[in-house]
Amino acid sequence: MTTLIYDGTFEGLLTAVFEIYEQRLTHVRMQKGEWHNTALFENVIKVVTENTRATRVLKGLKQKISAQGLQRFYAAHMAEMDGEDDNLIGYIRYVFDSPKNVEEDYGNKYVMRVSEIVRMVRREKHRMEAFIRFQELRDKTYYSAIEPDFNVLPLLIKHFRNRYADQKWIIYDIKRSYGLYYDLHETQYISLDFATINPGNVISAYDDNEAVYQELWRNYFTSVNIPARKNTKLHLRHVPKRYWKHLTEKI
Amino acid sequence: MNVDRITEKLNILADAAKYDVSCASSGSKRQNKDKGLGNASNGICHTYTEDGRCVSLLKILFTNVCIYDCAYCVSRKTNDIKRAAFTVQEVVDLTISFYRRNYIEGLFLSSGIFKDADYTMERLVQVAKKLRLEHNFNGYIHLKSIPGASDELMREAGLYADRLSINLEMPTEAGLKLLAPEKNRQDMITPMNFLKDEIIQRTEEKKLFKKAPIFAPAGQSTQVIIGATPETDQQILQMSDQFYKGFKLKRVYYSGYVPVLSDSRLPALNTAVPMVRENRLYQADWLMRFYHFKVNEIVNHDNPLLDLDIDPKLSWAIRNLQEFPVDINKADLRMILRVPGIGVQSAQKIVAARAFRKLNWDQLKKLGIAVNRARYFITCNSPQYERRDLTGTAIKQYILAESQSKYIKNSTVQLNLF
Repeated sequence: MTTLIYDGTFEGLLTAVFEIYEQRLTHVRMQKGEWHNTALFENVIKVVTENTRATRVLKGLKQKISAQGLQRFYAAHMAEMDGEDDNLIGYIRYVFDSPKNVEEDYGNKYVMRVSEIVRMVRREKHRMEAFIRFQELRDKTYYSAIEPDFNVLPLLIKHFRNRYADQKWIIYDIKRSYGLYYDLHETQYISLDFATINPGNVISAYDDNEAVYQELWRNYFTSVNIPARKNTKLHLRHVPKRYWKHLTEKI
Repeated sequence: MNVDRITEKLNILADAAKYDVSCASSGSKRQNKDKGLGNASNGICHTYTEDGRCVSLLKILFTNVCIYDCAYCVSRKTNDIKRAAFTVQEVVDLTISFYRRNYIEGLFLSSGIFKDADYTMERLVQVAKKLRLEHNFNGYIHLKSIPGASDELMREAGLYADRLSINLEMPTEAGLKLLAPEKNRQDMITPMNFLKDEIIQRTEEKKLFKKAPIFAPAGQSTQVIIGATPETDQQILQMSDQFYKGFKLKRVYYSGYVPVLSDSRLPALNTAVPMVRENRLYQADWLMRFYHFKVNEIVNHDNPLLDLDIDPKLSWAIRNLQEFPVDINKADLRMILRVPGIGVQSAQKIVAARAFRKLNWDQLKKLGIAVNRARYFITCNSPQYERRDLTGTAIKQYILAESQSKYIKNSTVQLNLF
């Protein structure tokens, strides 16, 4: 068993694949981050991300699976789910070792697992598209904080750009401490330093009408409910409790 | 902005609109234009009410003032309730402000009929027009077509709205006569027909000239109230089938009657909302639209009512055991779609995956099929399968015995009462 330590990036993962084939490794285990030299008898390789190698692997993948298949695989990696890198490597190896395109071979455990991961990631992305609640700041920027289960922020860019093209907005992942900022022209990644922000300033940063519309929305949410049809189980299935703290209507 | 006044109006006019169950925001192709606001090509439920229904649109009445006196409707003329009316600008402002905060996909605007059909329809069209032309709003707009409105107004509505709908209200003409004697079904069918023809014609034009304007890209829908009048499920589903085919409707909605008014023609005020029946009707509707079932396979002369204990597909399978078992690794997609416990996505995945290898129970389970129901009806790459020659009743009992469905609990509670 060989442990491959890589930097967690997609290019890093692809470089690792290159190493596996170059060194003809059979049993491998992936690990993210730094090399702590604890297991003396273990075989450990530190993968140094190299774009030329990653590009060659990517080119190979493109010949084996469809463009959508590659996109799904990319999303599965980007989600940063714990302990799934071995399955992703297993998937790539199965793809390379098969003579034809196997992306729909759901009977294979790696293909099945990637499909499950993609389903979870897509659902989380969709939930963010639904549950993001913007608050208008004084400078007319619309701000929203999120805490998604997986890293889906990069998947949200296209959706929100296509929708809110005429307003500035920030979507901030407070779990992963980075955000997206759209300034009417471009979207860029940002990080905010909340430690230095005085809570009083945050409240005064909101537009005067913001509280009014939030209250109107809560009122609307209550008005459309039909008490005679109450179904808490269904409600919770659609809106799990962990999302409530960022939902205006549930606060 | 007079906050208190707007709040009160919103409460009254959202409350009055909530019995319209449609909240779909999908099916449109409208894209963001010239870096404006919004995009209607997604279809998103932004939240869910405590009764578990999707909240996708700001669903309000323009006014709940109405000249009609329909027995099933909270806004009927003789009902002693608070009345209110929005201005065009108020609806536009609310829509834009909610949309910018990502609360909604767009607007669903309906109205009580005040003065006459054209006068009412004109206000609804004004709202849509203002949103589209003055605010470059590309979110979703669903307008209610007012029965009896002129063709000219309907045509204008189609230019700004994504979807138009006219509620048939009752599944049959007789039901309508009983509860809404002032209305007649023909008034609803005429504009529906007009829109159908217009949509077909505009789609043809759009194929020829790319620049031609889009016209009601999300089509038409309708709603019927169930459980207020004594129609059978067979009558209801046959009506739906006829409207899907004849009027190219995108959706028929079934709204379980919520007793809101005391009237000798209606179920009593303490009657439970027929939620299970409503759910079964939707399942049957799905079978017709996505599973290639014909309406008379689901309900017919011998089975005019849907089984409330089990879903209509299982019900059909039990009545047609001669069609089973199906070999998952050989049967065509159409037949796999008919197996209880297998949905459209799983069926497609099965067909794709079996080209690589034969599938067994574990793999099928991973693909997302409900093995507890499907196992009585299929064989796969495994020596294990249901060998007993079970009767339909036995299968139903076995499945119900291990089911966790809320409906079962409901029915046992009912039994305990006696």
